[in-house]
Amino acid sequence: MSKKLYVARSPRIAARMLGEEMLVMSGQGSTLFTLNPTATILWQAADGTTPLDEIVERRICSEFEVKPDEALRDAEALAEDLAKHGILLISEQPILERPIASTPLLQEQPQR
Amino acid sequence: MPGLATQVERYSVVIAIGGVPVRVNTTDADFLDMLQDRYAGFVSAEGYAEFDFDVDLVAPAFSDPDADVSVTHSSGRWFMKRGDFHAEWEPATGTGRIRQTANPYSIDAVLRIVHTLVLAKQGGFLLHSASAIRNGKAFLFAGVSGAGKTTIARLAPEDATLLTDEISYIRKLDASMKSEGYVAFGTPFTGELAKLGENTSAPVAALYLLAQGPENRIDPVAAADALRELLANTLFFAEDQEMVHWAFQAACGFVERVPVYRLTFVPDARVWEMIG
Repeated sequence: MSKKLYVARSPRIAARMLGEEMLVMSGQGSTLFTLNPTATILWQAADGTTPLDEIVERRICSEFEVKPDEALRDAEALAEDLAKHGILLISEQPILERPIASTPLLQEQPQR
Repeated sequence: MPGLATQVERYSVVIAIGGVPVRVNTTDADFLDMLQDRYAGFVSAEGYAEFDFDVDLVAPAFSDPDADVSVTHSSGRWFMKRGDFHAEWEPATGTGRIRQTANPYSIDAVLRIVHTLVLAKQGGFLLHSASAIRNGKAFLFAGVSGAGKTTIARLAPEDATLLTDEISYIRKLDASMKSEGYVAFGTPFTGELAKLGENTSAPVAALYLLAQGPENRIDPVAAADALRELLANTLFFAEDQEMVHWAFQAACGFVERVPVYRLTFVPDARVWEMIG
């Protein structure tokens, strides 16, 4: 059985939903990313304490017609990709404290 | 017995851009004259200034205006550096110092940086765009170099008031100002037209993203694309994370409130029939 993974939004990221798209900007290099629908769900659910498999089961499988095992594999790959770009943090332990001490960039905004 | 101290004349000029008065102090009368000439129309007769900068003029050997600009923040101070100037500014005290040669370009760069820093936290920004007022409304024309900013400014009809052909100054109004939305101000930051904008302002009615083509047409732009292009044209100097956050939120707020269009145009005066 594989270990549980936890994901959290990076505090180095500013994010906002514009229209139907979630846009995030990395503080490092001021790079702008547009998240696809699955990445948007993952981003919104990434509270650091809910295991990834629960997020997949509750949020992704319910939204898309996909088998849980397959969805989890895809979500893990997606989370790793987002982590490479500094958008998500991944850990095998709950992420209770963000590692960045500076002012958080993330500010939740009401949807347009 | 000769005096132990020499009295040095100190000259000042208050340059008010976007309604933000900045006092520049110098001991060089010729430099003061140059500033008053360079920023004619933006020199404030009132003594009040939000920020004070002392300028130390140095020998020309110091200059290298082609070097990259660096803007960093440490211990409550902003440090701005390019080959032709070193500057620092402490927002809490409203004071700063600029070390540069006697030229108008260095202080112009410092002023642009300071205004971007001031505006960002207020939800505003400087934008690579021409802008003009027509029928009481401001229109912005953004694009990279060669997109047509100077052309659209040059083609402006007589009833349009040019705010700038290069760098637009956008402030966000909030509830405390009894009005919401965005206002464009004239700037002395010029492009190829080399003509200072009018020192006036108006509510922003639209942002046009410029493209030259075989016919004049206006097309709507999706919010995400608008944000992407707005950010690409926003003057942004600091890599500071907090500033990135403010710049991002300022751009998001703008595209949520202001219509953004793609303006494809043939470079002749008929394009203005579609504006205003």
